Amino acid sequence: MKMFRKIMFGVAVMSLMAVGNASAAGNKIVMDGSTTVGPIAKAFASYFKKTTGVDVTVSESGSGNGAKSLINKSCDIANMSRPMKDNEEAAAKSNGVNPVENIVALDGMAMIVHPGNRVNNLSRKQIRDIYSGLVTNWSAVGGPNAPIVMIQRESNSGTQDSFKELVMGKELPISKRAETQASNGAVKSRVASTPTAIGFIGLGFVDASVKAVDVDGIEATVQSVKSGKYPISRPLFMYTNGQPTGNVKLFIDLPKSDEGKKIISEIGFVNKY
Amino acid sequence: MQNSSGMHENEAAKSGRSSVFVVSARKRKLQKISQKSGEGTLLLIASFVAIVVLFIFWFVARDAVPYFRLRGFQEFFTSSEWYPADEPPRFGALAIIYGSIMVTLGSALIAVPMGVIASICLSDILPFTVRQYVKPVIEMLAAIPSVAYGFFALVVFAPLLQNVGGPILMWTWWVIAAPVLLLAVIVASELLTAPIEKEPKKKVLHLVSALFLGSLALLFLYFVGRHLQGLVIMSGTNALNVSIILSFMALPTIVSVSEDALQAVGRELREGSYALGATRAETIIKTVLPAASSGILAAVILGIMRALGETMVVWMASGNSSHIPDPFFNYLESIRTLTATIAGDMGEADQVTGSARFHVLFAMGLLLLVVSFVSNFISERIVVRQRKVLSGQ
Repeated sequence: MKMFRKIMFGVAVMSLMAVGNASAAGNKIVMDGSTTVGPIAKAFASYFKKTTGVDVTVSESGSGNGAKSLINKSCDIANMSRPMKDNEEAAAKSNGVNPVENIVALDGMAMIVHPGNRVNNLSRKQIRDIYSGLVTNWSAVGGPNAPIVMIQRESNSGTQDSFKELVMGKELPISKRAETQASNGAVKSRVASTPTAIGFIGLGFVDASVKAVDVDGIEATVQSVKSGKYPISRPLFMYTNGQPTGNVKLFIDLPKSDEGKKIISEIGFVNKY
Repeated sequence: MQNSSGMHENEAAKSGRSSVFVVSARKRKLQKISQKSGEGTLLLIASFVAIVVLFIFWFVARDAVPYFRLRGFQEFFTSSEWYPADEPPRFGALAIIYGSIMVTLGSALIAVPMGVIASICLSDILPFTVRQYVKPVIEMLAAIPSVAYGFFALVVFAPLLQNVGGPILMWTWWVIAAPVLLLAVIVASELLTAPIEKEPKKKVLHLVSALFLGSLALLFLYFVGRHLQGLVIMSGTNALNVSIILSFMALPTIVSVSEDALQAVGRELREGSYALGATRAETIIKTVLPAASSGILAAVILGIMRALGETMVVWMASGNSSHIPDPFFNYLESIRTLTATIAGDMGEADQVTGSARFHVLFAMGLLLLVVSFVSNFISERIVVRQRKVLSGQ
């Protein structure tokens, strides 16, 4: 008899959970914000849909617009490639929104040169000088006497945005002579085949065909990005209104799961956890 | 006489048919309806293509106009500052337009002489059996997907240019310029000594002038070759690389279409020319080429349009740096073209907001459309006029 009651209880709990799940499945998560975080959000969204059946819509309108959407309560999660600014926090508070920062992943960028190039270390200022067109010869940064071929990404690339933000600063434009390639892989193959080239790619893309130089004396590794020492790296955020609950919490916790970690490193970002 | 007999036959056929087939009014009506509907279907299919073109024009223009409304014309056409993603954005497309012109011109400079000469060789010089094998092989170049060309340009040709670009250029120069100069020397020395009457004097002078001009040409060949060999190509993804690859993509079109035009000139004209005592060279230059010129022109314009509109190769192998080379004819610097910019910047970033950054790409597309439209129109006009001239109207 006791056994039977136990079973009944179990069934009741399970059916309750099923009901809970069913109602949750009707919900959907709306995400808006950074184009850099976009790939992670989209990969998570399709994984999330597959495992839980919850629809996740991802808009990519930029970090600023993501923050705006969260403040206006028109999205559940704001993807941002920078921390929220003070005035955004204040606007959120006055609108009854309590933005909570959740770090999804880390974005590290390797400065790569041809393996035969004898330059091993560049400061951020040197990189800035190279890409703004002030320094045009490798001899000015301790290399051979040869003109520098700089390679950048196309204008809508998140990597390009990060590079501009972390190295160039807002005001300084990249020289018009910089060549443009369409993907991390294309930049890598150009640098691998051009002895005088310099380029930047996601840390996950570096292999033996190119040489990643140290930046400000710090080697570009997963560890140095994780510890925050490597200068051209940054955390990527997903902001929620208050501590995440329910499906949103499940989604936000994805980066901590094994599957989430795999997705993140597959797209070329560094795991935070 | 012939006319009347034709009419007679026609009448006979008509009466014969009516005597054999007695068609009821209802059946005839049915027949008429099915005929009309058949014609209608064919017309619809034929006009569909034209409608598609019009729709493309309309949709591109619709999204291009907002750009000019937002930013005006001046910046787009006069500034070479292309920073669409910066704050504030700048949309100066001058360098990009120039890049498009540069690679189109470069590929035309290579492909047009090569293509026309190849088609003359195929139609008038090579024996028929050889032509039957060579032409399909040249046409096969057109079947290779452009991304394969692009991959070759980026992965094979660009490093090759960087490593041994100078020697490659020098050898190309020798291979192309040496026969041309040799021919020029022979013709020039012949022409120089033509007025001289006395026989032994003429022979000696002929030899002397040929030797003199020949050594001059050799010196010229050598010095230009040495200069080319000394060139160091910093980046293999440049205007030269793209121009060469594009010229190979335009070649099959030019060869195939202009060879057809040369074939269409026909045996009568050629035999007439030979009958008047013209040599083969004279026949080709003075009879066949003028008669086929409209077709050759159409071939050239088709080939150039192919080069102008090509995207994948340019996007992969031109380097995509939006600046005007210094000096402006420096084909060894990387450039950016309109097509590559559209392909590269058409990301997901700003489409949602319908910003100037989105519409500027359509403005570029419209520019390309207008250019190809106008040049097609011009070539059509020239072809029509040429046909009139040739038919003596």
